[in-house]
Amino acid sequence: MDALILSRIQFGANISFHILFPTITIALGWVLLYFRIRYNRSGEQRWMDAYMFWVKVFALSFALGVVSGITMSFQFGTNWPGFMEKVGNIAGPLLAYEIMTAFFLEAVFLGIMLFGASKVPRWLHTGATFLVAFGTTMSTFWIIVLNSWMHTPAGFELRDGVVFATNWWDIIFNPSMPYRLAHMLLASGLTVAFLIAGLSALRLLWGEKGHGVRTSFRTGVIMGAMLIPVQIFMGDLHGLNTLEHQPAKVAAMEGNWETGPNVPLVLFGIPNEETRSTDFEIGIPNGASIILKHKPSGVVPGLNDFVADDGTIQHPPVAPVFYSFRVMVGTGFAMLFLSWAGVWMLRKRGWEPGDLPKPYLLMMVPMALSGWVATLAGWYVTEIGRQPWLVTGVMTTKEAVADVPPVMVLSTLIGYLVVYALLIGAYISVLLYMARKAAKAEAIPNPRRPGEQPLPVPAE
Amino acid sequence: MEFLGYPADQWLPFTFAALMGLSILIYVCLDGFDLGVGVLVPLADEAEQDRMIASIGPFWDANETWLVLAIGLLLVAFPTAHGAILTALYLPVAIMLLGLILRGVAFEFRVKAPYKWKRAWTWAFFAGSLLTSLAQGYMLGLYIMGLISTPLTIGFALLCAVFLTVGYSFIGAAWLIGKAEGDLQSKAVNWCKGGVWGLILGIGAISLASPFVSTRIFDKWFTGPSLIYLAPLPIISGLLIVYIWSALRRLSVNPNKEIWGPFVAAMALFALSFLGMAYSFYPYVVPEQLTIYESASAPEALIIILVGTLFVLPTILAYTALSYYLFRGKATELRYD
Ligand code: HDD
Ligand code: HEM
Ligand code: HEM
Repeated sequence: MDALILSRIQFGANISFHILFPTITIALGWVLLYFRIRYNRSGEQRWMDAYMFWVKVFALSFALGVVSGITMSFQFGTNWPGFMEKVGNIAGPLLAYEIMTAFFLEAVFLGIMLFGASKVPRWLHTGATFLVAFGTTMSTFWIIVLNSWMHTPAGFELRDGVVFATNWWDIIFNPSMPYRLAHMLLASGLTVAFLIAGLSALRLLWGEKGHGVRTSFRTGVIMGAMLIPVQIFMGDLHGLNTLEHQPAKVAAMEGNWETGPNVPLVLFGIPNEETRSTDFEIGIPNGASIILKHKPSGVVPGLNDFVADDGTIQHPPVAPVFYSFRVMVGTGFAMLFLSWAGVWMLRKRGWEPGDLPKPYLLMMVPMALSGWVATLAGWYVTEIGRQPWLVTGVMTTKEAVADVPPVMVLSTLIGYLVVYALLIGAYISVLLYMARKAAKAEAIPNPRRPGEQPLPVPAE
Repeated sequence: MEFLGYPADQWLPFTFAALMGLSILIYVCLDGFDLGVGVLVPLADEAEQDRMIASIGPFWDANETWLVLAIGLLLVAFPTAHGAILTALYLPVAIMLLGLILRGVAFEFRVKAPYKWKRAWTWAFFAGSLLTSLAQGYMLGLYIMGLISTPLTIGFALLCAVFLTVGYSFIGAAWLIGKAEGDLQSKAVNWCKGGVWGLILGIGAISLASPFVSTRIFDKWFTGPSLIYLAPLPIISGLLIVYIWSALRRLSVNPNKEIWGPFVAAMALFALSFLGMAYSFYPYVVPEQLTIYESASAPEALIIILVGTLFVLPTILAYTALSYYLFRGKATELRYD
């Protein structure tokens, strides 16, 4: 394997690991602020209980987000030096603004938010919670601006092969940015909604009856039910935008080989790049044409348009884009069904989660991680669908890669993968442990050697 | 875009080099003490470990962000240098990152995972801090050696790895003198005493090595009147070391006075050594290969960042100060409520 493919795997692995945690912290920050404000207003303990449980999840996720983010900021230099040399004049300021306006804000006020409750006045603590939530959202804004610019570059000119900015407004508000930002923020909201609902379902199943967990469950399910229709609508708009700017990606998503009208919506199939057709295809006639062009005779682009005369392929690899897209959309519809069913049943039962049927609660438990699945799948559609370009039409991924010995990339890749696997395992098991601990009402006492002083257990 | 008579492609790269230097220095001082605390953890018992880690809990994240800013400024202001340096340091960077990951998550896992895992996470915290410090020292050494790998330069880099780690442990211990009480505080005084030699040898080795690696640096220091302008640098450093030594002796007698003395003096020492290095390497950003002027981004891009920096940096410094102020005093256990 050469350095290019290994670097791609390494980058993909690192960013996939990173994105898991910001997706949680972006929206969870706002949810915590909501809990906090409800408590400030009503003085009801249940809001504080909910806050106290979820702030721990937040702190843990944040730590993982920070350390994996630091890895990300070195990746450009170690693996993709060509990227900065060519588009640094645009990517640079965007990254710099992310660091200065977002990272410091989060990092400093996180300390106050987590450990300052008894040290600072209530308004300052609420304010710190707000600033942390605001900071994570600003991070998202800047990084999505950069990422979207890589998909639909605008506002620049090429001089001697180097990109120069001509219009910062066009760069920031590049054609795909509003769609991608909205879709990502909603994705984060959904990830958190289902994490809260799923983990609370587990606590209910384990017999916890407190007000905190019931409040959390309701918040999660209602939040999910409100966001998912908006997300599906935004996803559709996003797809239309992609059709305009990156038709090859849409062709791969649909698994459509020949440009033409009356293209079916393929539900299942196995794209085959050897024969350039989709095997075992099951589809809804005219579906893709209707979704993308709003009429059965609408012409949908096909992959064969993106093969040069000499036979070089200029479209992304089809299968990963095709499957990932179906995983994302499938998860989205599962979310729609389960959250609406939940709200409907809750309404019938006087909003009492404890009375929900057990099978429903059981189904919600694995949904706790559904946001991760859909988000990763969505990003794979987006990023793999951009190949072979790194910045659409400006530079290919190959041009950017570093000239590092492949063994070096391989050995560090293995190191990262091992650590990531361990950390994801530890993260999930600690979430479960915290849920069980909360479910057992009183904290599990620390086993101590006899005669020892009680230990302060900081921040747990 | 002239400034004080200098054209934009002169003063902008210089300004950015200064900003980058400033964030590296702040990083080394701030994350230096919390990495150092991590390296010292095995020397303490469990209750003390909790205290030690609690003393850096509210700060470590913001401290690490200075590294992100430093590397970000290198990336945005000197893209070619950024690529050259980081590909040359590929392996130590990866080791440092793994170290940072381990210690960063250990803060949380130590107290949130079931109790039986606590010791393991404390070890992860130690191992991560140690790996990070060693890797940073190694990179510093290799950088001084012009980013060239021969057995000799690697040997020097390994030496620097040890010295920087001892140096970090020194300021870590100095921080604990201020933040801890009782037994832990007296332990910290002893750790400091044990670490002074590392500080002296480290600074000495680096100051001696750089002029001998490059005749350019040698000439910069030892020809003409420069020696006289520069003389205060080693003299003040010497005085600081003498001060640290005597302050530590006074602290073993009376642990209530001058508790921040060694810490502040150590920071000043770091700053002086850093100034000396900056003087040696200027105008190069990749030693002897690429100057800041050759590798700078377009002035249009730099000015955009600079405008923001002028507003944002003071704000960052202000709220960082606020957080140190709010969590002033002796470290107490960390609680969410
Ligand atoms: C909870 C997460 C989640 C859910 C339920 C959905 N998506 Fe999504 N989708 C994402 C999370 C996501 C994402 C991870 O956030 C992506 C990757 C980049 C982006 O902006 O959003 C994404 C990308 C993405 C793209 C790629 C756009 C491009 O790269 O040009 C399309 C066309 C859609 N989505 C469409 C949909 C549709 C039609 C959905 C209907 C069910 C849907 N998404 C549900
Ligand atoms: C928003 C910031 C992001 C930026 C600036 C970014 C940038 C990049 C870059 C530079 C590459 C080049 C390497 C390559 O082509 O392999 C890449 C590829 C890739 N990225 Fe992203 N990315 C971002 C977000 C994400 C996220 C959130 C994910 C996944 C969860 C992701 C998944 C991938 C994958 C899987 C590849 C590999 C594609 C391939 O090689 O076929 N990216 N991205
Ligand atoms: C190449 C791409 C990326 C780089 C270089 C990067 C870099 C970083 C860094 C250095 C941090 C730590 C900040 C701190 O010290 O506090 C961080 C955190 C964060 N990142 Fe990323 N990141 C990337 C991709 C993404 C993506 C795709 C998203 C989301 C859409 C994202 C959202 C966040 C958020 C919200 C945080 C703060 C919260 C947390 O740490 O959980 N980043 N990132």
